[in-house]
Amino acid sequence: MDIYFPIAEMSLNVLVLLAMGGGVGLLSGMFGVGGGFLMTPLLIFSGVPPAVAVGTEANQVVAASVSGALAHWRRGNVDIKMGVVLLIGGFAGSTAGVWLFTWLRDLGQIDVVISLCYVTFLGIVGILMLVESARAWLRTRKPGGARRKLHTHTWMHGLPFKMRFRRSKLYISALLPLTIGAVVGVLSAIMGVGGGFVMVPAMIYLLGMPTSVVVGTSLFQIIFVTANVTFLQSVNNQTVDVLLALTLIASSVIGAQFGTMIGARLRSEQLRGLLGLVVLAVGLRVAWDLVAVPDSLFSLGIGGGH
Amino acid sequence: MRARLFLPMLWAALWAGLAPFLFAVPAAAKPLVADLSSRQIEITTGFTGTSLLLFGATDGPGDVVIVVRGPRREVVVRRKERIGGIWVNGSEQRFESVPGYYFVASSRPLADIAGEAILNRHQIGIRRLPLPAVGSVPADRVKMFRTGLVEIKQTEGLFSVAPGRIARVEDRLFRADVTFPANVPTGAYTADVYLFRGGVVVGSTRTTLAVRKAGLEAAVYDFAHRHSAIYGILAIVIALFAGWLAGAIFRKV
Repeated sequence: MDIYFPIAEMSLNVLVLLAMGGGVGLLSGMFGVGGGFLMTPLLIFSGVPPAVAVGTEANQVVAASVSGALAHWRRGNVDIKMGVVLLIGGFAGSTAGVWLFTWLRDLGQIDVVISLCYVTFLGIVGILMLVESARAWLRTRKPGGARRKLHTHTWMHGLPFKMRFRRSKLYISALLPLTIGAVVGVLSAIMGVGGGFVMVPAMIYLLGMPTSVVVGTSLFQIIFVTANVTFLQSVNNQTVDVLLALTLIASSVIGAQFGTMIGARLRSEQLRGLLGLVVLAVGLRVAWDLVAVPDSLFSLGIGGGH
Repeated sequence: MRARLFLPMLWAALWAGLAPFLFAVPAAAKPLVADLSSRQIEITTGFTGTSLLLFGATDGPGDVVIVVRGPRREVVVRRKERIGGIWVNGSEQRFESVPGYYFVASSRPLADIAGEAILNRHQIGIRRLPLPAVGSVPADRVKMFRTGLVEIKQTEGLFSVAPGRIARVEDRLFRADVTFPANVPTGAYTADVYLFRGGVVVGSTRTTLAVRKAGLEAAVYDFAHRHSAIYGILAIVIALFAGWLAGAIFRKV
């Protein structure tokens, strides 16, 4: 059952798309991640132009993060002040990111940059998750082992513009969340992701936020950053396919509900280990496409217009 | 005097008035007439490519060749190179006015129908299609990129040659299916039909065809390009609503 998508300018099998949306939704529900980092490569593997995959995914992540953020909001797990500071950085980063995206697209290098970003970040995050879950697993085996110090003082605490974040019980320089927000914003624009898989570890390990508010705050700011990316990609590149996004949203929300039920039955270090494996597998697949001899050495782009 | 002048003048006027009709009679017996089963292809939600019937009649035996061309535009061809172990787009070459679609069908293999010079003059056959390169570049470089360009267009089903695709009936009628893949570019198309006898063109006719997006597809595409800011805002609003709705539904369940 093929449907022609007007912005992607190609017909795709709806059943395959629904299966992809459902599968990624299942994983995102299990692991509490947005799923953009899995969906964008899947769309590219199925032949959607990378630019359209990234623009459309940003749109889908808006929907995915709204339902998650609302659920956390009701439980009071959102640090709004922290979210707003991250968001200011995120707006700047994602605006610069879309600009960078357009520039790279005109140069004909956007595809390889998208792939390199995926390999780098999926590789790093995947390995970190595996190591972390292995450590946690070892700790549970060895009760009474050395506990991590709750708070260590580093150079980051000497930075200016200190702000108090009551909900996160932190007194840190505003430059830290601003920078993290900006970096994740750039990634969001180029990779078509919410960036939760970078944002969440950064909030825990760099900022030292309590885990209870991390996911809600991350989702809260992702809504606005991906909305900004959706808007700018629509205006600059016309690469947001609303029909494709809606197809994926419909299937991924259902998958996410089942994922949450499965996730509740697994132990957290097992979950992180599994997610690490999934992340690494996707990263390796993208890396393989970069190094393998391509079917055709040539590719076409549209000339003119600049 | 008057009567003597009047009669020849009337005679001349009569002939002058009749002449177009008299001479039009042999001209109307064209060696070739053709038409398409439809002058328009509409790309709608279920579009997975289509085919049109090109049919017509000739005034006797001969070979028929059909050439369908899509809208032309500048295209940039990039060649991947291995840098530090990974494949990166390296050098590129621009070609001006590359047809987005090029289809040739003939009643026999082209080489049996006419000589190279004639085929060249009418641009029949992919290798005889002029694809002018932008800038002054060495011929072997242009050739390499041209090969790449044609290879991709053929893989995408946008350039094709189908010898023997044209069916002839009693040396008078002919018919051929012209196929358009799902990724067919939108715009104005031309379908030229040539009648060959003894290696020369004895008749030709041109039909036009339009490929356009229609229905919801067209509306979304036009809106995204004409009012891209409003499109972007609507895309966000739809996503926000969908996200909220999903959360609301599953909270009740």
